[in-house]
Formats: sequence, C-alpha cells, structure tokens
Amino acid sequence: MGEFAKRHQSPWPIIVCFALNFSKVVALLSPIDFLFYLFAGFTLAAGVGVITARNPVYSVFFLIAAFLNAAALFLLAGAEFLAFILIIVYLGAVAVLFLFVVMMLDINLATVRAGFVRYLPIAAVVGGIFAAQLIIMLLIWQQSETPPTLNALGNSPMNQPNNVYALGRVLYTDYFVAFQTAGIILLIAMIGAIVLTLRPRAGIKTQVISQQVSRKSSQSVRLVDLKLGQTHPTTAATAPTEPQEGSA
Amino acid sequence: MFDTPFWISYGLPVVHSGLWSLVIILPLLVAVALLTYVERKVLSAVHLRRGPNVVGPFGLFQPLADGLKMLTKETIIPTNANRLLFLFAPILTFVLSLIAWAVIPFDQGVVLADINVGLLYFFAISSLSVYGIIIAGWASNSKYAFLGALRSAAQMVSYEVSIGFVLVSVLLSVGSLNLSDIVMAQKNLWFVVPHFPLLIIFFVSMLAETKRTPFDLPEGESELVAGYFVEYSALTFGLFFLAEYANLILMSALTAILFLGGWLPPLNIEPFTWVPGPIWLALKTSLFLLLFILVRAAVPRYRYDQLMRLGWKVFLPFSLIWLVGTAIVLVVMGWLPALPAS
Repeated sequence: MGEFAKRHQSPWPIIVCFALNFSKVVALLSPIDFLFYLFAGFTLAAGVGVITARNPVYSVFFLIAAFLNAAALFLLAGAEFLAFILIIVYLGAVAVLFLFVVMMLDINLATVRAGFVRYLPIAAVVGGIFAAQLIIMLLIWQQSETPPTLNALGNSPMNQPNNVYALGRVLYTDYFVAFQTAGIILLIAMIGAIVLTLRPRAGIKTQVISQQVSRKSSQSVRLVDLKLGQTHPTTAATAPTEPQEGSA
Repeated sequence: MFDTPFWISYGLPVVHSGLWSLVIILPLLVAVALLTYVERKVLSAVHLRRGPNVVGPFGLFQPLADGLKMLTKETIIPTNANRLLFLFAPILTFVLSLIAWAVIPFDQGVVLADINVGLLYFFAISSLSVYGIIIAGWASNSKYAFLGALRSAAQMVSYEVSIGFVLVSVLLSVGSLNLSDIVMAQKNLWFVVPHFPLLIIFFVSMLAETKRTPFDLPEGESELVAGYFVEYSALTFGLFFLAEYANLILMSALTAILFLGGWLPPLNIEPFTWVPGPIWLALKTSLFLLLFILVRAAVPRYRYDQLMRLGWKVFLPFSLIWLVGTAIVLVVMGWLPALPAS
C-alpha cells in the first residue's frame, strides 16, 4: 500500500481537480487514495476544530478525532503496529487525562483568549520552528541513508507481513541508544511528576496492609466473663479496637 | 485506470465482512440475553431463592420481557444535558463492545479479521471504551453521573496497565500478536500452567475493566445511585446494559484464548477431539462467566483507595517482575519463539 507515495509526489493537482470536478476526481482516484484524502481531510478538519472550538471539552474531542484519523492513515500506509500504538498511548492514556483535567477544571475561555495577542509572537516562533523542522525532515528524507538492518530486511519494511518484527529489529539495533535514552527521559519525567505531587500532609489516615494482615486474634480479641447487666471496668474505659497489653 | 471496478474490488469485501459480522453479532446478542438470565438464576441460587421463574418455562423468556420493557419505555433526555453527546455515548459504548469481536478466533481459521496485531487491536478497543463512559458522565450534566465517569476512567486506565503487562508476557511466550497464533502456541501446554499467577491478575483486572463487583465503584448504587448512567432510560440505558454484558463475554473469551488454549480440546485424544472447537471455546468462556457471576455473589465492594492500591502497588509490580522473569527463562532455556521468516 506504500505505492501511494510513489504515484503522487504532490497532492496539489489532485486538490485543484477536486475543487473543479468532484465526482470525476473520485472516479479517478483509486479507493486507497480516496480513503487517504478522506482521512487526511478529517484529520485536518479535526485539527482546526481543536483550536477553534469554544468549549474546551469539545477541543479534546476534536483532538481525539484527529488521533483516530491519524491512526487510520497509519493503517492505510500498512503500519498497523504504529496505528494501534497511537490509539493505545494517545487515546487510551494521554487524551483521557486531558479530558479529565479539562472536565474537572472549570476553564473560562474568555480569560484564556485574553492573552492571545500577547502570546502570539512567541507562539508564532515556536510554531514556525516546528513547521521548519517538519519541512527539513521531509526534504532530507529522500537523501538520508537507510539503516543497515532495514536494508537487510528488504527495501520496504513496512510492506513486510509483520511490521512489528521490522520495527523491533530497527529499534533494538540501529537506534538502540536513542530508544533507551527516550525511555530513560520518560522515566525521569514520570518520577518528577510523582515527586511533585507527593507531599507529606498531616492528618491523613492511611491503611497499612502489612499491619492488618499481621494482626493476630490474641492481640485483638479477648474473652471476658460478665454477668447480665454488668459492665467490665476495662472495656468501658478503652476503645474496643485498641489491644490491651497484659490484660487477661 | 483499474481493471476491476471500484464496487467489485471494494464493495464485495464490505458485504462479505458485513454478513460475517452478523454471524457473530446475532449469537452474541442471544448469548447476552442468556447471560442476564443465567446471572440472575445463579445469584438467586447463591441467595437460596428461586430467581426469574414466571415468564416462559423456568423463566427462560425473562430477558425477552426485559428487552421489550426497555424498548417500550420513554427515552428521557435531561434538559441540561448535552443532547448530541448524551445520545452518542451509549452508541459508542455498544459499538466498541461489538467490534472487538472481530479478532476473536472461534476455530482454526474461523475469524473475521485475522490480523497480525490482533492483541493490540483488542487492547486499543478496550482503551477506547473508556470514552463512552466519560462522555456519558459529562454529557448527563449530573454530579452523580460525572463522579461515576471520573471513577471509572481512573479505574480503567489503572488496570489497563497491568493488563498490558500480562499481555506482553503472553506474547513474549508466543512471539506473535495474532490471536490464532497465541492459541496454536498452546497446543502442547496451555498457558494457564506456566503463567498461572498471570491468569489471576488478568481475571481480576478484567473484573475492574468491566466494572464488575468487587470493583463496581463507577456504578456504586449506594453512593452514586447508578454512576455514569443515572440519567439514561429506555433504549439508551439498554445499550449500556447490552455493552456491559457483551464486554463480559468478550473478556471471558479472551481469557480463555490467552490462558486456556481457546478452541483447543483439553487433551488431543479421541473423545475430546470429536467436540468442535467453537464448543470448547464456548465452554471455557462459560467457565469464566460463571466465575464473574460467583464473584459478584461472594465479594463485597472495594474502597476506592484499596482499588488503586491493588492495581498500582500489587498487580503492576508483580506483572512487571513476572514479565522480566519470563524473558529471562525464555532466553536462558533457549525457548524463545522462532522469528518470522523475512
């Protein structure tokens, strides 16, 4: 399914034709290409939705839609492993937490929008750098050499029947150091987040499971002989859950 | 431009898989109806009462009567609810509980989508199903529903972590993410033998993932009325209900596939091999379903901090250590599965 990229170097002729004559173009496209433009269009529309939605919760829903459509694009490219990992990591974990925070915090959009003009320059710089990186990456893609393990697998690993295998092979050989470094960075970030939230607070009751489990009946229960209507002097004085040392 | 017309090369597979889906979905819905009946019967047996016994012979038509009741009731949409999302949530939940069945193999080669990454597909679907609940809780615009949704989201995300590590241990022993391959790898020895602790972790995590007792805090009727679906009525409620039970069957089937050898007979000798594979799978699935129901009858609800403690401080470290142990044993003993030829 990777032949899409080979056949269409530039999408612009297609897009212009699309605008001119919708039905003829649809007939011209192969179904895979049609699906590509469909999902790509949805991704872009969802991306626009993320930044234009008035309700922040809707923004996150648009983000979820964008992730899903990106996963569909991965599937079209034959990268099923990446597609499902994208869904598991970004939809199953990241977006859920986003949604959590956005729903819990009562975000007033007016105050968020107020700083728009003020932050516009820095946002433009960051966005510009990001866009430039993407463009540079796209330009040098053709020139960069293929890693040796990829060559060993054949010219197009994504078209192999099992791209989990191909990815694992590349990640644990050529890019082993980079892969492990990324893992360690994530681990440190995670520990940092835990340390930031873990502050000692007084007056919190916690359950110590080991104490509960190691408690013996001899420590907690005792037998007293009582006549009807009589109160035992020690039971009346102490709380029943506190085991008494040395008492019968 | 193309030899075969669009409608033939792409329309036929759609029709084919559509019919196939019906073959899976219809028995599934019947099984869901039966499961609600069996659950009530088993629970009542545990409680020493008779259970449903009025509608039809032995009360067998009770699920039909319930379904009819649900269909004919009025669908109420709260005034302050977000209409679109409110209606979207049960549909999403129901659809997600059905589409995961696409990768479940019923016998050798009898599977709707025999994809390489079947296990990942299942995991992705189960991590998506949390959205149905969050959306339901948020769109209802009710504090009980919202609290239930938050609880369930935190719970499902937490237990997915340990489920993930259990799945990784299993796939490490198989060397494939394809569910049929996983079953075939258990031809000589079911994974329940070497991975028995994982089966327990997986089963308990499944209880949490499907929000069953003792982890039914998202529904917690004594505090949250009914949790995330308080505001739902009639068919919208019915969809949540169906989805919950369809998920239950799915999780049981998956446990059977991962640990009890799916469609494989217990012994590969004469009287056992006469029984067709799907029957074996159904029997093994029923075993876990029965366990699900008995757990509901026997165990009280966890407190929320205990639930989190169990997930993060007991299951996660244990499954992680087990994963490393599995890898060490496989490498040391030279039992690593063969890599696919490329």
